[in-house]
Amino acid sequence: MKLTLKIWRQKNAQDKGGIVDYPIDGIEPDMSFLEMLDVLNEQLINKGEEPVAFDHDCREGICGMCSLFINGEAHGPDRGVTTCQLHMRMFKDGDTIFIEPFRAKAFPVIKDLVVDRSSFDRIQHAGGFISVNTSGNTIDANTIPVNKEDADKSFDAAACIGCGACVATCKNSSAMLFVGAKVSQFALLPQGKVEATERVLNMVHQMDLEGFGNCTNTGACEVECPKGISLENIARMNREYLAASLKG
Amino acid sequence: MALDSKIPHGPISDKWTNYKDHINLVNPANKRNLDIIIVGTGLAGGSAAATLAELGYNVKAFCFQDSPRRAHSIAAQGGINAAKNYKGDGDSVYRLFYDTVKGGDYRAREANVHRLAEVSANIIDQCVAQGVPLAREYGGLLDNRSFGGTLVSRTFYAQGQTGQQLLLGAYSAMNRQIGRGKVKMYNRHEMLDIVIVDGKARGIIARNLVTGEIERHSAHAVVVGSGGYGNVFFLSTNAMGSNATAAWKIHKKGAFFANPCYTQIHPTCIPVSGDHQSKLTLMSESLRNDGRIWVPAKLEDAQAIREGKKKATDLSEAERDYFLERRYPAFGNLVPRDVASRAAKERCDAGFGVNKTGEAVYLDFAAAIQRYGTEEAYVKGLDANDKALVIKLGTAIVKSKYGNLFQMYLKIVDEDPYVTPMMIYPAVHYTMGGTWVDYNLMTTIPGCFSIGESNFSDHGANRLGASALMQGLADGYFVLPYTIGDYLAPDIKMGPISTDLPEFVEAEKAVKDQIDRFINNKGTHSVDYFHKKLGKIMWDKVGMARNAKGLTEAIEEIAALREEFYKDVKVPGSANEFNQELEKATRVADFLELGELFAKDALHRNESCGGHFREEYQTEEGEALRDDENFAYVAAWEYKGKPSDAVLHKEPLVYENIKLVQRSYK
Repeated sequence: MKLTLKIWRQKNAQDKGGIVDYPIDGIEPDMSFLEMLDVLNEQLINKGEEPVAFDHDCREGICGMCSLFINGEAHGPDRGVTTCQLHMRMFKDGDTIFIEPFRAKAFPVIKDLVVDRSSFDRIQHAGGFISVNTSGNTIDANTIPVNKEDADKSFDAAACIGCGACVATCKNSSAMLFVGAKVSQFALLPQGKVEATERVLNMVHQMDLEGFGNCTNTGACEVECPKGISLENIARMNREYLAASLKG
Repeated sequence: MALDSKIPHGPISDKWTNYKDHINLVNPANKRNLDIIIVGTGLAGGSAAATLAELGYNVKAFCFQDSPRRAHSIAAQGGINAAKNYKGDGDSVYRLFYDTVKGGDYRAREANVHRLAEVSANIIDQCVAQGVPLAREYGGLLDNRSFGGTLVSRTFYAQGQTGQQLLLGAYSAMNRQIGRGKVKMYNRHEMLDIVIVDGKARGIIARNLVTGEIERHSAHAVVVGSGGYGNVFFLSTNAMGSNATAAWKIHKKGAFFANPCYTQIHPTCIPVSGDHQSKLTLMSESLRNDGRIWVPAKLEDAQAIREGKKKATDLSEAERDYFLERRYPAFGNLVPRDVASRAAKERCDAGFGVNKTGEAVYLDFAAAIQRYGTEEAYVKGLDANDKALVIKLGTAIVKSKYGNLFQMYLKIVDEDPYVTPMMIYPAVHYTMGGTWVDYNLMTTIPGCFSIGESNFSDHGANRLGASALMQGLADGYFVLPYTIGDYLAPDIKMGPISTDLPEFVEAEKAVKDQIDRFINNKGTHSVDYFHKKLGKIMWDKVGMARNAKGLTEAIEEIAALREEFYKDVKVPGSANEFNQELEKATRVADFLELGELFAKDALHRNESCGGHFREEYQTEEGEALRDDENFAYVAAWEYKGKPSDAVLHKEPLVYENIKLVQRSYK
């Protein structure tokens, strides 16, 4: 396959940045999108140019490290996958592909396509946990029965990989799908109920501090989420938040 | 230096309890005066950071990823073992202990493995209390499944994402401590050297990967939980960033490196498709619960399939060779990973492989879909003779068990595994070798600990499925928090350690010199060019099967490649910026040394055991032939300037509770 890549290059956070064209040839349909970028980078290095910086690690769709806005879509045109799982068979010979970073005020660019998503971590520091001592002296696990349906729903929420596609794709750069998933995971479990009030208040507060926007129920986040995290989690977070606010 | 494993005296089942009763403790008020550095924040490092902070120590944690939540533990799929006997199928601490020692081909330390089995049940309790959504039965209690190498159902799981859920559990425990200010987290930082003062580990030199700044960090103890070194093969199931640098740097400063040649080759990975491939993707071992592994029984059928003239579904049951079920009737498709991997390679080497390159076997779910579908039809009162209905019902059940794995396969291979059997082949997965540690998990450098995959201790020559997660969390949550206290007790009056000490200055200079050398090298080839070359030598000559000739060649070739690397590597960009090529260069430099020691260790071990198969040492039936008389020891290597000069130290393995016998899964 012969392609024209239009890639966002930005030396560092201070640099203005811009799109640079890279023609590329010899791309196989069974390459992953990131392997295609590896090929490009190898060519750039051999030509004495600087390779394109991009985030990636596990390359099997689970670590959440890879990002990329591809032709205007977070993680590209395929549904339910991360960029590392996107394969070149989704493109046609001769295609032009725009590759940009996940853009959001709360995700500042570090270099080229790499952004800083530590705002997600800080939201977690604010309450994304159950306050249990890690001594191993807790009660036997089976003394906390959990309704299978709740356990499954909690798992579905917990399957969020924290990639940030929801933020990148949202016109308001809202993080509510991410935060909703985190709140839901614990809210659905008996273990998480005890400190549910403070958790949702603290996490939402931090989310606002980080500069994420609000949800306007457009639903783009759900569509672009590689893990199928549903809008139901945002609704649950809103209910939890409302209940907590009334209590507080 | 003689190796002292510090195994406590007394009966095996009492050792850990007696040990805990007699160690030195640090008063909670004094813990505040002690700093601990943790390098790596996966299951082992993350759980250790959370627990040590909970106890009151000041923890500084480092990871090269942008968040601890991305550590490669997150990719573990199948499950975590625990001796809880919830199923009443006869499981016990002893049985888990026994299976692990046997599964490791009798090359693990009994006392450590027993402790692991003892604390395994606590891990599940702890994780559930933290809100980890493990799979449940309809009654609300925890579910289990079975895994290779065992005859009981002791594996707890969260769909095919158990590692993710357990890691997020440890990460949330860490977040709680970060929020309290007890853990100071350094994301996008890489440890590039350890600092030793008066013979003790007192700090590290780290590079801020965003700014390029070289930083000094001091502490009263340093814990390395940096994972395994499977990426020495270039292609492996490890994440792209997984590296050996922290483990290798402590080795160069005095920590012995044990059993480097023990590498687990995982039997069920998606096969290599081309030269451009950057990594291999694992398909969970849990699939072997329902998938049947086979190749065509006749060579001409295998050839026709490779040429695209026939499809898997064209062959009748009688025309297939279910080679694991044939060779190992008792365990069948659930034999341990080393056995399953070698059996697949044997069939492919004999010409029965089913993909273009001849390096793949089938993992087939048709029988499971049929079985589940029929049962479901009965349950729902539907017609069990309606073939299409049965397949539909059965597919839905298989989907609920392994959906994400099937989707992953579909995306990579572009074939629907519900319709055609998956193609799989063994790939490098987990490394059982690693830093040598004593019973306290301390390396041969006082004050430097190594936990999880980065140490060598619990899996012997082979790791049973679902036991990596178990060891990572056991070390971090329940073992290190005791043993490190015993070490730190005399340090309570020490006060903070200055980073102005000459040892810090010197270590920092060495790190900067190495980086400058890379940046200023006017080479012609990229880092990956060398990494791929190293990987090819490793796979061809130090891979699933090895022999003396190949290993001897590999040792020379790796040394030569290392020399070429330093002469000819090209690292673009500068040192003082975000520079991913520079990161790779420092890691590959270490792999180029480790690879040589790996081959050297494999060459000296004149036996076959677990993940180390020497072609010269096999039974008539092609099974691994161990030599307990001469090799029942841990091979711990001491660094002496270069890998070829490394000096071998032996820790004899004493089996008081388990009799050494030939492993049999027939």
